[in-house]
Amino acid sequence: MTVIVLAVTQCLFLMIAAPALVGYVRWLKARLQGRRGAGMFQPYRDLRKTLAKGMVIADTASWIFHMAPCVVVASTVAAAALVPVISANQAGDQLGDLFALMALLILGTIFLALGGLDPGTAFGGMGSSREMTVAALTEPTLAIAILSLALTAGSTSLGTITNTLLTTPSNAIGPGHALAFAAFLIAMLAETGRLPVDNPATHLELTMIHEAMILEYSGPYLALLEWAAALKLTLLLTLAANLFVPWGMATSDGAGALAVGLAAVLAKIAVLATLLAVLETRVAKLRLFRVPELLAMSFTLALLAATSSFFTR
Amino acid sequence: MSETALAIALAAFAAGSVSAMAWPSGPGARRVSLASAFVGCVAALALGIDVLQSGISWTWRSGALLQPLGGVSLRVDPLAAFFVSIVGLTGAPASIYALGYLRELDGGVRGRAVHALFNVFLAGMCLVPLADNVATFLFAWEVMALSSYLLVVSDPKQEGAPAAGLWYLVMTHAGFLALLAGFVILAQDGPLEFPAMRAAAGALTPAAQGIVVLLMLAAFGSKAGLVPVHVWLPRAHPAAPSHVSALMSAAMVKLGVYGTIRVLFDLMPPLSPWWGGALLACGVVTALTGVLYSVAEVHLKRVLAYSTVENIGLIFVGPGFALLMRGYGNVVLAAMGLVVALFHTLNHAVFKSLLFLAAGAVVHGARTSSLEAMGGLIKRMPHTAVLCLVGVLALAAVPPLNGFTSEWLTFQLLVAGARYTAPALAIMLPLALAAVALVAGLAAVSAVRLFGIAFLALPRTDGARDAHEAPATMRAAMLLPALACLILGLVPTLALTQLTAVVTELGLPMGQLDTGLALVLPLVGSQLWPVAIAALLAGAGLVAAAVSRTSRGYPVRIDTAWNCGRIAQSPRSEYTAAAFAEPLKRVFTGFYQPTHEVTVDVHPVSPYFVRGITLRSDFAPWMEQTLYVPLVRAARWISNQTGRLHTGSIHLYLALLPAALLALLLIARWIR
Repeated sequence: MTVIVLAVTQCLFLMIAAPALVGYVRWLKARLQGRRGAGMFQPYRDLRKTLAKGMVIADTASWIFHMAPCVVVASTVAAAALVPVISANQAGDQLGDLFALMALLILGTIFLALGGLDPGTAFGGMGSSREMTVAALTEPTLAIAILSLALTAGSTSLGTITNTLLTTPSNAIGPGHALAFAAFLIAMLAETGRLPVDNPATHLELTMIHEAMILEYSGPYLALLEWAAALKLTLLLTLAANLFVPWGMATSDGAGALAVGLAAVLAKIAVLATLLAVLETRVAKLRLFRVPELLAMSFTLALLAATSSFFTR
Repeated sequence: MSETALAIALAAFAAGSVSAMAWPSGPGARRVSLASAFVGCVAALALGIDVLQSGISWTWRSGALLQPLGGVSLRVDPLAAFFVSIVGLTGAPASIYALGYLRELDGGVRGRAVHALFNVFLAGMCLVPLADNVATFLFAWEVMALSSYLLVVSDPKQEGAPAAGLWYLVMTHAGFLALLAGFVILAQDGPLEFPAMRAAAGALTPAAQGIVVLLMLAAFGSKAGLVPVHVWLPRAHPAAPSHVSALMSAAMVKLGVYGTIRVLFDLMPPLSPWWGGALLACGVVTALTGVLYSVAEVHLKRVLAYSTVENIGLIFVGPGFALLMRGYGNVVLAAMGLVVALFHTLNHAVFKSLLFLAAGAVVHGARTSSLEAMGGLIKRMPHTAVLCLVGVLALAAVPPLNGFTSEWLTFQLLVAGARYTAPALAIMLPLALAAVALVAGLAAVSAVRLFGIAFLALPRTDGARDAHEAPATMRAAMLLPALACLILGLVPTLALTQLTAVVTELGLPMGQLDTGLALVLPLVGSQLWPVAIAALLAGAGLVAAAVSRTSRGYPVRIDTAWNCGRIAQSPRSEYTAAAFAEPLKRVFTGFYQPTHEVTVDVHPVSPYFVRGITLRSDFAPWMEQTLYVPLVRAARWISNQTGRLHTGSIHLYLALLPAALLALLLIARWIR
């Protein structure tokens, strides 16, 4: 019972913390760019405002347009349920593993793309096409990074991977671990539509990907989509932190261990989010047709990681 | 019980083909013949399920039938039963579908011929897995090939059907010859009965073994659609009537998989793992080729045909992996490889028959087969759209549908293979995994493109604007595979536990699988619980829907799309299928070798006034050009040279006769 309560709490934690993470990254980016910036809780106010607004739906849209935000939210929440956050004893392992998580994220991407195509506007189609292309090209990197984790951990379950790393920390010393981490981070940038793949701060630009797909959405649907995007970013950052650097996670159900775990995960996410903000300030967006080169690089890193895991396991 | 089922099935197919020809004119011929086909398919399915569950195999032999070729031998074992049940499972909805789909052909000779051939085709497909000697196998194989050829060329209005038929006929007969040669070498002077061949196969020299494997792979690969012998498939599938394309894609090409497994894992002695690696590579290349073409193609049924090529590639990863692991001595992993291949065979059969049936409904309703001419069909064909969405999501391998389960299993298979084998595979298996992941991602692109361009947005042509919903029989027929997609996705153990019996029968015991709702496999350290994932998805989705419904402060307004402030919205500004695939075409330029041809028509007065721009964009079919054009040229050259002998001189012909006789005698003496 405690396992389930813990799992639900962790999932709820990710769901609630997601907007704050996005707010923090935006605030830090603003500070780094010499602006004052809105506070880190601004996304909550934005969500409250958009949720309470009315909606304008394109007359060309069909029921897919209404279904898409719900499926995007559902798939992201289901993916979040698989992620170990505070405790390494993960009930989500019963449901599925990293491959299932990948497939759930793809489900969300597919409906986002369908929602972009549905009103029949040029921007929506453009965004959908690009989003699907980037998602497809990211898949191999993620799969190989998962393989290199699974080779040392003996399983693709998230809980097992973190637990194995906690009990045998020497696994993290090998080159495979670092390479896989780097590959995973690049793939994550592409998956979540961050710079240098997509710029989350642009609207009305021919280069936009994610924003182009949600251009026709307004009111509560827009709020749901924005929140799902924030949740996706949060869950992938948590995943990167806990799969590769699991130290600090609770291995027992004691209150003290859980408190340490919570503090650890907050610290790790804060570090990663800071890195993200610094990176987004430092680099420019890549041309769309240069993105595959970046992804090819991360793929090579992942392949090296998997190959070296063969020899160090 | 299964003997009776087989008798019922064959009798029903015979009755169906006779009644199609003999029934008085009117809709009766169609109804009676297709009802017979349906009964036959249900009987075939019953036979398959009965044998799979009981595990009882039986043989039947008659020396009188096909006497000159050595008589008919039939044997039902779990492997055969599985493939017979696939034929039944996909044939039954196809029969119902044809009731509505072919209504226009009533009274004509063509309608009668199509129904009769449909029954013959089904009978041939049921008999192929049951054959237990070479004569029966080749006879059934040829019945299946010829009837499907005639069905491919059955529509005279179908543009390109004769050429497609010719490709198909040549490929399938080249395959037939390879098959014959392979069987003859495999039998080594012994009787051409499978049990005798199985016993004698151990005595083959490694060289002969290699030749047999190559011949068999060429033959079965050309039926299944392995690259580079896949070229007939994307031509023949679009030309055939849709219920036939569904059957070809769902069942007929799978018999190529059947043949490969039967020969490599049953008839032949254990092969060197080298063959496994080669087969695995072949599967991966096939999957990549298929998916890349399916992403770029704009003809609806050709998109699906290429996607069949892709899935055949994914299926062949299984046997390749199994051979490899058996070579490394890991029997459980080898068994898992085959189970996953068979499971994906089933899953693909189900969702691809659904998609082909839906494609038929779309082509029927919108009177076009080009994606670029469709659009907005979701409002005109609402039920077809929902059913097609199910198929499309299964194709894209997302939870909770069956395509995801087999993709997950394939991933787990390759990961487990990498864990339990020597570092010799340190590059091969990760690369295979990456390729499978890329294929899955590109399949998702293809799926979104297919559904998004055909069903969503505004209709692009008058045909799409005036599209009508398919008749009830067609929709009902599509509902069956759609439900199967959902059930196999939610409770995969239902089928997987039966499949372990199949591979155990092939000498690869896998142990008892857990029969619970969660998918737990030996040697795999993780599990999947599809029902729980589906419940989670449904719950979260409903909450999100409720939130969006209750939180808004103002009513919903339906208005023109915002589109960044553009006021006029016309279908001309919609994203097209070609544009959707453009980024991928650029990324994989080396593969597509696209050609761009821009013509600018300017005003005679000044080149600055442009009157029109035309763009022709295509990609070079380099695979055909490099592999088949030289072959065709050589064949033409040989026939031209041979044609020189035909001078019309009877003396020359008479002189040639003894020369040929002498040559044959010499060859015969040389062989003995």
